[in-house]
Amino acid sequence: MLEIKDLTVEVGEKTILRSLNLHIGAGEVHVLFGPNGSGKTTLLLTILGFPEFVVKSGRILFKGEDITELPTHERVRRGIGVLFQRPPAIRGVRLSDVVNICREQGGIPEDEATKLVELLKLSEFMRRDVNLGFSGGEVKRSELLQVVVQNPELVLLDEPDSGVDVENVELIGKVLNEFLERGKRPSERRRAALVITHSGFILNYVRTDRAHVMLDGTIACSGTPDEIFKHIMSEGYGACIEHCRD
Amino acid sequence: MSEELKKRARKALNKPPTLGGDVDVSEYVERLRKMKEVPPEFDAAVYQNALLSVGVDPEAKERSGTFIQCDHAVVAAQAAQEGLEVMSSVEALEKYEWLKDYWWRAVPVDLDKFTALAEVEQTHGYFIRAKPRAKIIMPVQSCLLITKAVAQNVHNIIIAEEDSELHIITGCVAAHAADALHVGVSEFYVKKNAKITFTMVHNWTSSVEVRPRTGIVIEENGTFISNYICMSPVKNLQTYPTAHCVGKDASATFQSILYAKGDSKMDVGSRAVLAAKGAKAEIISRAAATDKASIVARGDLRGEAHGVKGHLECRGLLLSDAASIASIPELNARAHDVELSHEAAVGKIAEEEIRYLMARGLSEEEATSLIIKGFLSLDIKGLPPQLADATKRMIQLVAEQAL
Repeated sequence: MLEIKDLTVEVGEKTILRSLNLHIGAGEVHVLFGPNGSGKTTLLLTILGFPEFVVKSGRILFKGEDITELPTHERVRRGIGVLFQRPPAIRGVRLSDVVNICREQGGIPEDEATKLVELLKLSEFMRRDVNLGFSGGEVKRSELLQVVVQNPELVLLDEPDSGVDVENVELIGKVLNEFLERGKRPSERRRAALVITHSGFILNYVRTDRAHVMLDGTIACSGTPDEIFKHIMSEGYGACIEHCRD
Repeated sequence: MSEELKKRARKALNKPPTLGGDVDVSEYVERLRKMKEVPPEFDAAVYQNALLSVGVDPEAKERSGTFIQCDHAVVAAQAAQEGLEVMSSVEALEKYEWLKDYWWRAVPVDLDKFTALAEVEQTHGYFIRAKPRAKIIMPVQSCLLITKAVAQNVHNIIIAEEDSELHIITGCVAAHAADALHVGVSEFYVKKNAKITFTMVHNWTSSVEVRPRTGIVIEENGTFISNYICMSPVKNLQTYPTAHCVGKDASATFQSILYAKGDSKMDVGSRAVLAAKGAKAEIISRAAATDKASIVARGDLRGEAHGVKGHLECRGLLLSDAASIASIPELNARAHDVELSHEAAVGKIAEEEIRYLMARGLSEEEATSLIIKGFLSLDIKGLPPQLADATKRMIQLVAEQAL
């Protein structure tokens, strides 16, 4: 599904990602750990093609196609969706406007979207300006609604659990599990995901297949999510990487 | 009385305006005088699209009355509801002796050369009146159409008598690209417990000079709401409607949506004089400028009595490096216990917002256009729900054509 080869990325002439490699197969959910500033969000936004992230070398392949040079909306139309950590508020543009744009792209019928709006407790927010005055949990629920009705094959989730109370993480986890077909057999799952999480809360609700630790702009170690998360919690990122090398 | 007004007007015929630059009116007036000599002609079918572009329905469906003026001639004036009057203001002045008590009471005749011109060289204008207790829920529509290179100097009088309600949708439109001058004097009188909403769409061309002069007098517990939309090019436009809240608890709301492109120059303000206890006012404007256009967005709140409240909000969106927007809010308090506030912000579209929408699948152009449309959309206040929806749709349509 997603293949990143030897990717080096600069932002304002500063190198943020260094020779990064990553492979996510269809139906797989990967989780990305790493300290602040290690380049996790940069990786996500580079996959999306935001222009301030300049690819100096390497390729990004999506479903076998080289998308490294494509503008953001072309990548999105090919089946990549994103849940932003801190999306901007846009005055005068209603949540319903954005949801309709996503829904039309995803080919999701209106009644199906309405059900999700209700499930995510967003009915009252549809007429409001997108993200304007939304609380932490409301932002995440609104982001999740948009990305699910967009119906992408690869979904990038930037901290879906930060600034959210337990009740909301549980709801977000439930919707994500369903969307990522976690109830089906592995061979029947199609959608893939890359999840960034700081706290790891979301892992209590969404089962993931593989974990990576990012350090200083590259993936320093990979393994099973449980094992990696346990080491980070008990010994910090450095020790976790030491452990990987052993 | 009338001679006295004419005398004051003639004295002011060369008095330059304080804002928006001077206009040499002589040629326009010359052409107008010549045109008055030939009988007017008007074919509604020819101008159907022009009328529709400013929200005027030629079939007058869901309208309580219609007034259409083409250049210097009134071509339609009818009221379809009990308690409503719609006619030429010249005709009304002949019909009602008392109307002289309203003539130039909300706007001084010698304010500048434009008000003077409207008195000395008047070309009709409308008289719309809701009688006491009349609830005119369906809107009255009016259209001032310019089709030739002339000066159109209208004088409008709108009266909502005690306990009445009146909604007006008015469109001013230039159907040809001829050089023209539009001077529109409008005097509104909102009596005790009465309400007027006034939604005006301007659809000019880049060769029309526009100088509306508007005054509103609001009595006890009266409500005046103005929604002003101008999104088409204009050579230059300067206006500064002033609401005088003279009665206890009188209220005034101004909302303006401006989109300036090409070489358009717009200088648009709204002023509320809060002169009685409990009076309140809200002034909201959205201004977007592109190409080489310039907008000056002004607002002025004057607190002159105890316990008055006013808020002013002006947002500007600059869409090109050669365009300019100046926001000039003024607050003047002349009594204690006055609550006046303002917020103003002028800036460009945030890249972050464009990227966000691109991540939802929109191209850069589509994202930019959605953000501009969103910026220019305002919730219409104070209208009956059905009328509010229709008005909002009309504004969206105007925005889509403009963008």
